[in-house]
Amino acid sequence: MSKKKQVLIACGAGIATSTVVNGAIEEMAKENNLSLDLVQIKIAEVGSYVDTADLLITTAMTKKEYPFPVINARSFLTGIGVEDTKKQILEELKK
Amino acid sequence: MINFDESIILIDLEKKTKEDVLREMGENLAKKGLVKESFIDAVIAREVEFATGLPTKGVSVAIPHTDVEHVNTKTISVATLKDPVDFGVMGDPEDTTPVGIVFMLAMDQAHDQLSLLQRLMQIFQNEEILAYLANEKSKTNIKNLLAEKLDFALEGGEQQCLKRNRS
Repeated sequence: MSKKKQVLIACGAGIATSTVVNGAIEEMAKENNLSLDLVQIKIAEVGSYVDTADLLITTAMTKKEYPFPVINARSFLTGIGVEDTKKQILEELKK
Repeated sequence: MINFDESIILIDLEKKTKEDVLREMGENLAKKGLVKESFIDAVIAREVEFATGLPTKGVSVAIPHTDVEHVNTKTISVATLKDPVDFGVMGDPEDTTPVGIVFMLAMDQAHDQLSLLQRLMQIFQNEEILAYLANEKSKTNIKNLLAEKLDFALEGGEQQCLKRNRS
């Protein structure tokens, strides 16, 4: 059995946009029968997860380089391009 | 409990910069004791570091917010801007978007306002509601529409922190 993928969901404050994105990802995981380890954090906390995370989904894009892919989550808030973002996330998770 | 009434709705705010918009809205909240004085600088600093402008299919919006420790009572302050003011785009800080409506979120607990925020995002995805809000001059009409769309009254059973403010 493969290990659950750890997905970081981050925004600037860890209170508003990441909460919404977290909800959307939970729903998406359910629809696709994916079991994920979702961790909702502030973007400043990403550093603590570099060794364990498989993916970062964030509304606070940074220029920092991480050893895992980073996906911009703004579409979950505006609805514009949300299907593309979901597809992008699913592709990363199925790797 | 969420505090939401006409006094934190600002109509046709006339400001040139996002900092001035945030300061005016923040000072209003601080004057009412809903946030601490420290909220004002914190929300401006956060906006500079992590922009919250959101281009929508209609009027662009912004959702400035900051850490929970600056907040006394959970609330959402709304301002319509007389002329659009440029805000950085969330996640793409080098881009800006001309914002017409600002929803300043004063959240007092992390992670527990999912349904409220989801409903707010649904408003952002409805260009008719956005156009209505941007042009409406009656604070009471805006208050009533948002109270309905954000479902403040029905939150009680689901999340106790969002109980209707009956006072």
